[in-house]
Amino acid sequence: MTETTDSTLAGLAAQVADACEAGRALTIAGGGSKPFLGEAPPDTNAEKLDITAYRGVVSYDPGELVMTARAGTLLAEIEAALDTEGQRLAFEPPHYGETATLGGTIATGISGPGRPYTGAARDFVLGTKIINGRGEVLRFGGEVMKNVAGYDLSRLMAGAHGTLGVLAEISLKVLPAPRFSRTRVFEFDAATAIERFNAWGLRPWPITAAYWEDGRAYLRLSGAESSVSAAMETLGGETLADDALFWADVREHRRDFFTRGDAPLWRLSVAPATPTLDLHGETALDWGGAQRWLVSDESPESIRAAVAAHGGHASVYRDAAGEPIRPRQHPMPAALRQLSQRLKHSMDPAGILNPGRIDPEF
Amino acid sequence: MSELPAAHAAGAGAPAPENDAKARMRAALTAELPEEIVLHAEEDLRPFECDGLSAYRRLPMLAVLPSTIEQVQAVLRICHAHDTPVVARGAGTGLSGGALPLESGVLLSLAKFNRILDIDTANRRATVQPGVRNLAISQAVDHLGLYYAPDPSSQIACSIGGNVAENSGGVHCLKYGLTTNNIVQIEIVTIEGERLTIGSPALDSPGYDLLALMTGSEGLLGVIVEVVVKLLPKPELAQCALIAFDDVRKAGNAVAEIIKAGIVPAGLEMLDHPAILATEEFVHAGYPTDAAAILLCEIDGTEGEVADDMARVREVVEASGATDIRISRDDVERALFWAGRKAAFPAMGRISPDYYCMDGTIPRRALADVLIGIGELSEQYGQRVANVFHAGDGNLHPLILYDANQPGELENTEAFGGAICRLCLEYGGTITGEHGVGVEKIDQMCVQFPSAELTQFHAVKAAFDAKTLLNPDKAVPTLHRCAEFGAMHVHHGQLPHPELERL
Ligand SMILES: Cc1cc2nc3c(=O)[nH]c(=O)nc-3n(C[C@H](O)[C@H](O)[C@H](O)COP(=O)(O)OP(=O)(O)OC[C@H]3O[C@@H](n4cnc5c(N)ncnc54)[C@H](O)[C@@H]3O)c2cc1C
Repeated sequence: MTETTDSTLAGLAAQVADACEAGRALTIAGGGSKPFLGEAPPDTNAEKLDITAYRGVVSYDPGELVMTARAGTLLAEIEAALDTEGQRLAFEPPHYGETATLGGTIATGISGPGRPYTGAARDFVLGTKIINGRGEVLRFGGEVMKNVAGYDLSRLMAGAHGTLGVLAEISLKVLPAPRFSRTRVFEFDAATAIERFNAWGLRPWPITAAYWEDGRAYLRLSGAESSVSAAMETLGGETLADDALFWADVREHRRDFFTRGDAPLWRLSVAPATPTLDLHGETALDWGGAQRWLVSDESPESIRAAVAAHGGHASVYRDAAGEPIRPRQHPMPAALRQLSQRLKHSMDPAGILNPGRIDPEF
Repeated sequence: MSELPAAHAAGAGAPAPENDAKARMRAALTAELPEEIVLHAEEDLRPFECDGLSAYRRLPMLAVLPSTIEQVQAVLRICHAHDTPVVARGAGTGLSGGALPLESGVLLSLAKFNRILDIDTANRRATVQPGVRNLAISQAVDHLGLYYAPDPSSQIACSIGGNVAENSGGVHCLKYGLTTNNIVQIEIVTIEGERLTIGSPALDSPGYDLLALMTGSEGLLGVIVEVVVKLLPKPELAQCALIAFDDVRKAGNAVAEIIKAGIVPAGLEMLDHPAILATEEFVHAGYPTDAAAILLCEIDGTEGEVADDMARVREVVEASGATDIRISRDDVERALFWAGRKAAFPAMGRISPDYYCMDGTIPRRALADVLIGIGELSEQYGQRVANVFHAGDGNLHPLILYDANQPGELENTEAFGGAICRLCLEYGGTITGEHGVGVEKIDQMCVQFPSAELTQFHAVKAAFDAKTLLNPDKAVPTLHRCAEFGAMHVHHGQLPHPELERL
């Protein structure tokens, strides 16, 4: 690490320590590409903790399948470095904009189409260096594949929206890019798609993504050419041309579906084989049925009740014009919420890190 | 591991509790629970005196064997009200003393929670009680063509609750992940006796990823009373290559080269010469006894995939200097190749009165150097060592051979083990890859973590268990303990924990 990066980190830690002392809230600012995720949008009136200057790949050894990079590094830069070695982030993180940083990617914990088959962002976190709410720089986990020394506070950072600590450095497990990929398209209704996706999931086929929209199911197969070809033959369907672009569009919400109409866009997270839900509006299915997108004017209460009946949860991705929906996240049971609040307090006693981003209260 | 004299028995832990404390707790527990599930007589407590790290033994004050979640809630509520510590226990196969009881505490056995509650084929999940044996899950879903991937070598005995508490791994974790990657939901009971659901049937849940935090928390944050595991389709085909080398360095490098070539084997295990000799003598798996090291490399998937990858493995290991490569022709031969690996621990028991199984992880590129370093330490400490381990993950299991009846050998063995931990840390690794810290590695935690990190761990613990009653004095050392231990985390040449007096 060079002098400048060292002093950048020390400066960030000092700013947190000062804010802690003064009890002053901080808004952790990465690339600003995902303000719509989380409970409340980032508070633009609060003091900004800018992590974009703390950037760069710290170490990358393709043979170890591990990369360590600073949180302010652009996600695009990370992916380009991996690509030159034929490797990739197997959780296929959505960027939602060119300014997406690695820190924001892990803090929001979001994953792309491959998630049910190759794992989520949290599954690939091996270690982190964080600044806790007291301004202490702490290191958890490491750069090895298996590590059970101490609580797994690194993985806990994934999806915590920076509220438990400022992500400074992240060590990730990376994987070889698939050697061969093909996507097959089928004409199915939603119920059939759910049924087929999950029936196919019981077979040892190299499925790496399964999406449905407007009467068409899309199934991606990746791996050795021979096994992809064999599976295609058994499954039937038509081959989709330019499928890499198709999956990128699904991942980045660039398909028409996501901008259709004025109703709010909801994300429904359920067990994959959950039957179609009786809700008005338009639905797309990703993750083999486990992540459903719903453009709907139904009341938040009825959407949440429909999903909760199947043990799932619903969050708002995009509001309609007018008052934003609150809360955006699915409310937690009271006891779990109290525990989460105590956990937050243990890492950020003054409650200064991105307050309100994970819960209206903390 | 064979029976040991109670080398560490007496001194460890608090002085024996007053008899009236025991009588009081027994009365409080039996007031709400059936009398026969609250064990108090010495002969009834004896089976709980140690886990797989049998050099450490201690009788609990009382042991309770509940069979319903309500009973677990009652036990914890009562212990909380009486400020009595609780140690949860699954099958007791842990290798770091995590389930070692406390003389002034209650041992909470989950052994009666041994039912598989639900198999959800469409969603590829099973809901099981925590005392269910790891292998029993795969057996119960075998007819559906499914299995539960994490497969610790202890899988015929260890419990799924213990697996979650330790974040256990196994041979197949290289490709399919550890326990933390293969569960979706757990039910826990907090020290206050409250029941919480962590995780969800969906692939994520609102709020913090408490499932990640609970996994590997060694019974310090809550008692796991139900687990929902993911099931995977059984691969169409699996093949295993038995690859011999005349030099440990070449074998270590071959491991790194296989991974570098973009192959993700289903398992990649290594045995060194002493381990080959002992296992071959014991099970006759056909291992080449003149080899310095062998690799077992399993590839699974569709037929085409296996053929492709095996061909690439062959190419890579030939270039790395393999002296012999045999590829299993059928499942019978594959099972034979694995039989040696699976019997390696008991095989050690035949060539040495006792052995101590160490556990640490290092970057794969350091495999050869660390193995050679362990060999040097073996000479220095004057004790034999055999290595049988998860090479693909860089997860070492040096087995130190010793005789507990020789005065001083156990202590020398532990000192040797400590030196191996430090070696792993020097190469950028960790003191434990899968067996946990427990009581065994508690001092080495002082070497791996500076005081600020340890303090943060304690703060997280307090968020779950403010009175420090769940498995106290395990997994995370107090700063005072680290100061006493002396060999601490040294950063930039500064003496660690300067804020503490030297004791
Ligand atoms: C021969 C042998 C081979 C082994 N091979 C492997 C291997 O390949 N990989 C590996 O990872 N491990 C291995 N182990 C170690 C051990 O089997 C694992 O750690 C296992 O997960 C322990 O499960 P258990 O049910 O025996 O737990 P126990 O030993 O009973 O307990 C282990 C820890 O978990 C806590 N605990 C147990 N149940 C619960 C619960 N329900 N709620 C909260 N806390 C709980 C205990 O307090 C303790 O801290 C091996 C052990 C042996 C003896």
